[in-house]
This record gives sequence, C-alpha cells and structure tokens, in this order.
Amino acid sequence: MCVGVPMMVVEIDGDNAVAEVDGVKREASLMLLSDEVAVGDYVIVHAGFAISKLDKEEALETLALMREAFSPELMG
Amino acid sequence: MNYRDEFRDRKIVQGLAQRIATLAQGKGPFTFMEVCGTHTMAIYQYGLRQLMPPEVRLISGPGCPVCVTHNGYLDRALALCRLPDVIITTFGDMLRVPGSTSSLMHERARGGDIRIVYSPLDAVQVAVQNPGKKVVFLGVGFETTAPTIAGSILTAAKLGLKNYFVLASHKTMPTPMALLSADPELSLSGYICPAHVSAIIGAHAYQPLVDQFRIPCVVTGFEPTDVMQGIEMLVRQAVAGDARVEIQYSRVVSWEGNPKAQQVLAEVFTPCDADWRGIGTLPGSGLKIADRYAAFDAERALAVEVEPLKEHQGCLCGEILKGKVNPSDCPLFGKACTPENPVGACMVSSEGSCAAAHKYQ
Ligand code: SF4
Repeated sequence: MCVGVPMMVVEIDGDNAVAEVDGVKREASLMLLSDEVAVGDYVIVHAGFAISKLDKEEALETLALMREAFSPELMG
Repeated sequence: MNYRDEFRDRKIVQGLAQRIATLAQGKGPFTFMEVCGTHTMAIYQYGLRQLMPPEVRLISGPGCPVCVTHNGYLDRALALCRLPDVIITTFGDMLRVPGSTSSLMHERARGGDIRIVYSPLDAVQVAVQNPGKKVVFLGVGFETTAPTIAGSILTAAKLGLKNYFVLASHKTMPTPMALLSADPELSLSGYICPAHVSAIIGAHAYQPLVDQFRIPCVVTGFEPTDVMQGIEMLVRQAVAGDARVEIQYSRVVSWEGNPKAQQVLAEVFTPCDADWRGIGTLPGSGLKIADRYAAFDAERALAVEVEPLKEHQGCLCGEILKGKVNPSDCPLFGKACTPENPVGACMVSSEGSCAAAHKYQ
C-alpha cells in the first residue's frame, strides 16, 4: 500500500505541513496527529498524513542497543 | 541522520543474526508470523529468512490489505467504474487486482476514468475540480490507512462536497491474529506485530492476545535491523517461556497509540463483520462508514448492479494468507501467474507474498 516513511517537517501552515526526505518534498496533513510538531521534527508520513511523531532519543537508544549486538573484532 | 540509513546497517543485521542463532541453538523450533505487508517486503528484500538458524522459521500472514480484499468488493468497484459519471480514485496497487471477470486496468483501457492518487486528500481535490462527476475513492487498508480515509471524509464534509464517496473495505488487525493464534496447524511461537498499524492502535491492543493465547508479541519497525531485533526479542521470550507485549519500534509506537487518529476513526467509522479472502467472515474485524456519514458511502449512495462472484481456480492465496503454504508451493507461481499477468491478488500488490517472493527469489 503506501509505506510510511520518516520525513523531516520543513514547513507548517495550520493543519498542513511540508515534509522532506532525500530531497523529495511532500505535503502532509497534520489533522491526525496528537503531538505538537515543529519544523525540524521527524514524522511518519502515510498516504499524505503525518500519523506519528518520531522520538529522536528513542531512535538513538534503539541504535545503541542494536550496536551492542556486534563487536568490531567479531565482524572483522 | 535521517533515521533510516542507520537502521539498514549490514553489520548490525549480521550481529543480530548471530545473537538469534546463539539464543535459539538447541531450542525451538520457533515459528514467528509477520502480519504486515511491509514486513513481508522487508524480509524478502533483505534476505532475512536466509539469516535465520534452523530453529527459527518466519512465515507471512494476512498482512497485505489488497490481498485480503474480497473479489466481491472489486466487482462493485468495477461496476461503479462503468457508470458514465463516475471517476474512480485509488492507490496504485489496486489497479491490476483481478476481480471476477475484469480489473481496473482493463476498465481503464476500455475508457473508464480511473485515477491513481497518493493521498485520499488528492481524491477530495479531484471531486472539487469535477463538480459534474461523482468521485469514488477505493478505501482499502488496515488501521494505518483507515484514519487517512476518515480524514478525507471529514475534509469533504467541511467543504460541503456532495460528489465525494468512499467504497470502504477497511479491516482491523488483531481479530485475524487471534484466529491464527489458536490454529494448531500453525502452532505459532510469536508475532512480529505491525509497525504503523500499532502507531495508531497502540501496543496495548495486543495484550488480549497475550492474555488469551500466551503468545509473545513484539511491535517491530520496518527496517532490516528493526526486524532482526524484533525477532531476537521474540526468541528471548520464547526460550524463556514468556509471553508479553514488547515494543521494539519505540521511536514511533507507544502503548496508547495515536488518540487523535483513534478519535477520527471512531467519528467516521463503526465496527462491522468483514470478509477476509482465504480466511472467511470474521465478526467485528472490519470498519464501515457510520450512519451520520452515509451520504459519503458509495455502497449506500450509489446504486449499481454487481456481477456474480467468481473465484480464481487454482490460486492458493487463501492458504498463503493464513501462512499455511509458501508462494513457491503454488503450481501457478511464476508460470501461469506472474506480476505482469497475475491470477491472484497476492501476486499483484507489492506487499503480497507471491509478488515479494517473485521479485526477490
Ligand atoms: S502464485 Fe498466483 S495463483 Fe498462486 S497463490 Fe500466488 S497469486 Fe495465487
């Protein structure tokens, strides 16, 4: 269907935002979002709607946990 | 950081594969099911099945919304499309899905006005720009997509549009999961729970599954490292004999989900029984347009005669959607049935198991 991707909010005008990933800009309606967003935040955009805000700290924590799974010696 | 590339790191994927192998060694066997088409694609695309130790088996469930959509729905869409004053708007993956005797693609070649949109709001715009036409959006999808379609109906209502309609066939995920959890033939050891469906409904939605069936549930993201970490968490639970809901995809999914989207959903839709291709009718597993928005419901507002239902002979989509057989077990796979010439819906949508298997195997 329409894969939701994390995109950075670059413009906000009321209930409408413009979000960007890899240089591609897309309109994203904010009418389904509970959280406040600001320019620079990341949101998951699905079929033209922001459906969730991405928590940057949680993202970094998950990555740190994952990185524990390999040690450089082990992987060469 | 774009919060994507880091989660595709090959080295992390391999490290997690090693961890899974160590954890599972001599235990199991474990069968984990994913119930989201985007997980199906990720698993094929990154070859994650090949990274599993012999003790761990990954199978796909009914996670492709187009694939579980009943032929009768498509037949109604095709009948609407043959009306002279109707414009059909849809997401792209519906175009080639075979109905009983035709597809939207065929109807388009015959002059039907069918437009692919990226967002349901684009369909509302088509209605604004074509006041003399009736614009029907094909509303198919799970809890991630349903709120966006609800949003389009609210927008159309606000604009006072009388020519925007939705042909709704939305389904909700936890119900078929309960059915499959109880299936002795599958004997599932855990669920890779959908990422963005869960962003809407919240991870708590899986607690009843855990309570009733003692089955581990891990809400998992879509990147390859996410999927691997989700499997690692499932293996840990399974080995320890635990059954809990856990969130691997914590950067996006919370326990409560998205209350605003839930509220929009509840405003526009009400639960109903739904037909799942291959699975049958499941009580309370669908969403229909609430009476107060009946004017936007294509099924109620636009009368049309629908042709009698015909199923496709030889297609094993139904068994595939229940995780009972693999695409390559179907005698038509890659022969009579290809993405260019699909027999069943599982070969059409990019999220379908047959299409994913055909593309990446
Ligand atoms: S390969 Fe084609 S015919 Fe066989 S199950 Fe898949 S979609 Fe159906």
